[in-house]
Amino acid sequence: MTGSRLLRGVLVPLAALLIWQALSARHVFNPQVLPSPLAVFSRWLAYLKPPDPFDPALMSRARWCLSGELIQDACGSLYRVLVGFLLGTGLALPLGLAMGYSRLCHALLDPLLQILRPIPPIAYIPLAILWFGLGNPPAFFLISLGAFFPVLVNTIAGVHSVDGIYLRVARNLGAGRFTTFRRVILPAAAPYILAGARIGMGTAFIVVIVSEMIAVNNGLGYRILEAREYMWSDKIIAGMLTIGLLGLGIDTLMGALTRRLLRWHRGLE
Amino acid sequence: MSVAQIQIQGVRKTFQGAGAPVTALTDIDLELRAGEFVCLLGPSGCGKSTLLNIIAGFLAPSAGRVLVDGAPVGAPGPERGMVFQEYALFPWMTVEANIAFGLEIKGRPRGEIRDTVDRLLVMLRLTEFRARFPKDLSGGMRQRVAIARVLALDSPILLMDDPFGALDALTRRTLQDELLRVWEDLKKTVVFVTHSLEESIYLADRIVLMTYRPGTVKLDMAIRLPRMRDPASGEFNAVKKELGSLLMAEQQRHVEAEFS
Repeated sequence: MTGSRLLRGVLVPLAALLIWQALSARHVFNPQVLPSPLAVFSRWLAYLKPPDPFDPALMSRARWCLSGELIQDACGSLYRVLVGFLLGTGLALPLGLAMGYSRLCHALLDPLLQILRPIPPIAYIPLAILWFGLGNPPAFFLISLGAFFPVLVNTIAGVHSVDGIYLRVARNLGAGRFTTFRRVILPAAAPYILAGARIGMGTAFIVVIVSEMIAVNNGLGYRILEAREYMWSDKIIAGMLTIGLLGLGIDTLMGALTRRLLRWHRGLE
Repeated sequence: MSVAQIQIQGVRKTFQGAGAPVTALTDIDLELRAGEFVCLLGPSGCGKSTLLNIIAGFLAPSAGRVLVDGAPVGAPGPERGMVFQEYALFPWMTVEANIAFGLEIKGRPRGEIRDTVDRLLVMLRLTEFRARFPKDLSGGMRQRVAIARVLALDSPILLMDDPFGALDALTRRTLQDELLRVWEDLKKTVVFVTHSLEESIYLADRIVLMTYRPGTVKLDMAIRLPRMRDPASGEFNAVKKELGSLLMAEQQRHVEAEFS
């Protein structure tokens, strides 16, 4: 079952690779413009490999294994994504809960947020540099902005979607406002909130690459831009595929977490 | 004779809809004694659920008042536990967490909560399902959990809004029997809304038959048949025949109002 599903999953990507490789072997494309998959793969391996030979006097073997440029870049990007995501979600969640719960809060804040929401994080780049300088802080700012709105919008929708009967039952059982909020509204809105977090994580990944192209000197986004300077299209593609794989990994983890947290939920079957 | 536990005095309820205001209830005067099993019976639109919601405190009457033990009903509270037709279990809580929730709100000690939950699980034959989530239970099971959740509060009054209306006939009969067993054990006052004539005769000490909109009391009748009642017996059917024509007359008014 799992085997055949895996097979079905890799079938199309594998066919695409084979066609790409066959066309490259016949010199259909200029390798400067589109290198062959094998060239990309060998570049990816070189990118992954530690730059220096192993020397026990300098570092442990585990650290040496992780000293390749690719790993360093992936860790740098992941770190920025996580910090930015946590900042954005940490702000959006309480704000979304408040706006979903309180009509007044919604009426006061919604107009401003609706104006800010369509502005893509990329448009904030000049201000981000002006306000936060170079290095990680502007990246954190941009990424948190990317994660903020999906989580906010879904949290508000989640609170609004809570079935009134649960609130009636809670009142009937004698629950106060705080208990109702924590034990009824929050879990009832959780499917929406978690879906928002998943979208927010996706946006964070998009924004991290962009933000690394402006203000830092490591990370996958930086490396892709650097490779462009040298016309290393194989390295560009290797970097892009790494982003894709990392995103897939994170999304799989988020999916597993969601399934765990929402194991009570009917919609997952 | 003791003073009534629930006194409903001159209750009227008008809903302000989009068009003209609708009077759902008018001139309701009832006195319900402690430990009594009362069925509110009537066609859809007779205001029986509205009356139950007023007793529960979810709705305020437009005129008149409801007293429980002499005090006017304000907000809903655990002293008047309600069971809904749609179960309304918290889907993110397991069976035992649902039952324990009311006691946790009251701030009862852990040991006491566990004992009460265990006792109720046994009483409603739910012990082996205690760790399940509501989505994994049948309709009958869910309604048992909802009843256990309200019984955990140990409220003297149980309000039931057509709790078995969504169940198949066999499950319905089983749950009716369980409810009677629990009621006889615990001596609660039950106010039970239904539109099933047979269900009301099977369960009630007293049937309050209501008219179609605006809802008023058409007939207030004690059912003196010994329990367990046999729906196939002659006495049962005599009552059914007597009430049936009155109920059908109200149903006819309902149909005419809906389709004219």
